[in-house]
Amino acid sequence: MNTIDHNHKLTLAYDKYVRYLFIASAIFMTVIIFSIIFFIGKQGLMTFKEVSPIEFFFTSKWDPMGHHYGALSFIIGSIVVTFMSIVIGAPLGLAGAVFMAKIAPKWVREIMRPATDLYVAVPSVVYGYVGLVLLVPFLREFFHVGTGFGLLAAAIILAVMILPTIISICEDAIRSVPKPLEEASLALGATRWQTLWHVVVPAAMPGILTAIILAMARAIGETMAVQMLIGNTPMIATSLFSPTSALTSNIVVEMGNTPFGSAWGNSLFLMALVLLLISLGMILLIRRIGARRIA
Amino acid sequence: MNLFKKSKVLASAVAMMLGVAMIAGCGSSDKKAEDTVKPAAIEGTVSASGSTALLPLLKPAQEEFQKLHDKVNINIAGGGSFTGMNQAAEGSVQIGNSDVNLPNDYKDKGLVDHKVVVEPFVFIANKELPVNNLTSAQVVDIMTGKVTNWKEVGGPDQAITIIHRAKSSGSRATIAEKVLKGAEFTDKAIIQDSNGAVRTAIASTPGAIGYVDAPYADQTVKTLDFDGVKYSPEAIISGKYTVWSYGHMYTKGEATGATKAFIDYVMSPEFQNTYVEKAGFIPVTKMSK
Repeated sequence: MNTIDHNHKLTLAYDKYVRYLFIASAIFMTVIIFSIIFFIGKQGLMTFKEVSPIEFFFTSKWDPMGHHYGALSFIIGSIVVTFMSIVIGAPLGLAGAVFMAKIAPKWVREIMRPATDLYVAVPSVVYGYVGLVLLVPFLREFFHVGTGFGLLAAAIILAVMILPTIISICEDAIRSVPKPLEEASLALGATRWQTLWHVVVPAAMPGILTAIILAMARAIGETMAVQMLIGNTPMIATSLFSPTSALTSNIVVEMGNTPFGSAWGNSLFLMALVLLLISLGMILLIRRIGARRIA
Repeated sequence: MNLFKKSKVLASAVAMMLGVAMIAGCGSSDKKAEDTVKPAAIEGTVSASGSTALLPLLKPAQEEFQKLHDKVNINIAGGGSFTGMNQAAEGSVQIGNSDVNLPNDYKDKGLVDHKVVVEPFVFIANKELPVNNLTSAQVVDIMTGKVTNWKEVGGPDQAITIIHRAKSSGSRATIAEKVLKGAEFTDKAIIQDSNGAVRTAIASTPGAIGYVDAPYADQTVKTLDFDGVKYSPEAIISGKYTVWSYGHMYTKGEATGATKAFIDYVMSPEFQNTYVEKAGFIPVTKMSK
């Protein structure tokens, strides 16, 4: 009798303290994230003690040794390369998702789904390396340009990298479109293509937008592959093949040798803060779109 | 519900304790690192960080030194020249490794310079290029963007692609000082973030030129003569080949104890005459000036 009671007490205590442990972990995690944001924000904003915001955001002369801290070319580089990768990757990904959700026979889908998941497991340095030894020489010879490094090379590799995100989220969104909608469309005499294009895809739109924004967040934060392919030239690109820089690539190339606490080091933190804010903005956007989901 | 309320309080207490424990943990380890500098006997921990170019040299130094003094523990990390100088100035490491001379911002931080090795640099170009020699004036014209086609410097009609290091790189600072002498690099260049990456990119890009630490120049690229002088350790020692810099180890104040012993070991003839040359550097002991 006594032992049972004892065991029961132990179980209760276990129950109670493990719960505290979970709560503590959750708090700890939140604290870490906010500390990171706080630290990057504090360090980044210290840039403005020596550099005017107008110079940082609206000029593109990046020469820290000569006290020029114009980061415009990096910001434009990040945005343009992200946008280009979406333009290349989103239609492909959406088409793939439609195929997998609505057209492919079951066995094809069962091969393709794990295959797309496999994309995610490929480290970005591998993508970058493949881009460096295959894509860059190919672009150089195919288009007869100087080097092949630049926006297009980075955007193509990024497009491949964001495909799994787009495919898997779009597919889920398309699958969760209620069957009756589709059946009604077919019953009204719409062809398969008309049904897909005018009924299924619009109904899945919130999910598709979520996929695209998540993919953008992934693309803008990608560092290694971009750094290996974009050329890292601190100049605004004038063509698809002119080497330029992105925020991430410039941070990774310069941080190792940049004095911490100097205006130069701080301006790299400010770039990190800009990236963080862009990503946060995207996440907020997803929450708003997600709330409007019909399916 | 009552339980949950109580649990909130407790949980925050747990979280705070965790936090305090972490902070305390960090603090004590910092202290430990500082304390070990003091003893005069050769024992303790020496931490060094900084230049990645010096890493391949300091790794064997660390191994050999620890064989001689088994009570000394040496940690060597990379991070870049400025990281090394910063951390040495802050006291978070005992030795800051650097490829560059102390910049003006650091002059008042009490860092003591130890020149431990000579790092030679070479200009390399894509293998297909028929150019074998560039004068210093030609190199300056190319690197500043004044000359953009190989035909202007005795080569074929082909565009020049500069592939080199970022503005924060110690190698780039050395070239700026020894070759460009105040002229500015053009921004029209591909930037790679390491010696190896520069070499790989040059090897695969027709008409490309750049510079690397001499040990990195291998069969995949063409090493260019500079002002008619082919790079060799002898050419540097005799003063004919001018593109090199000292590898520095900075300490905060004069080195003492195990730190001093380690630096002394790196500068000793037995190390300089064996591992330094094997790693592709040149012993400081051989430099007359």
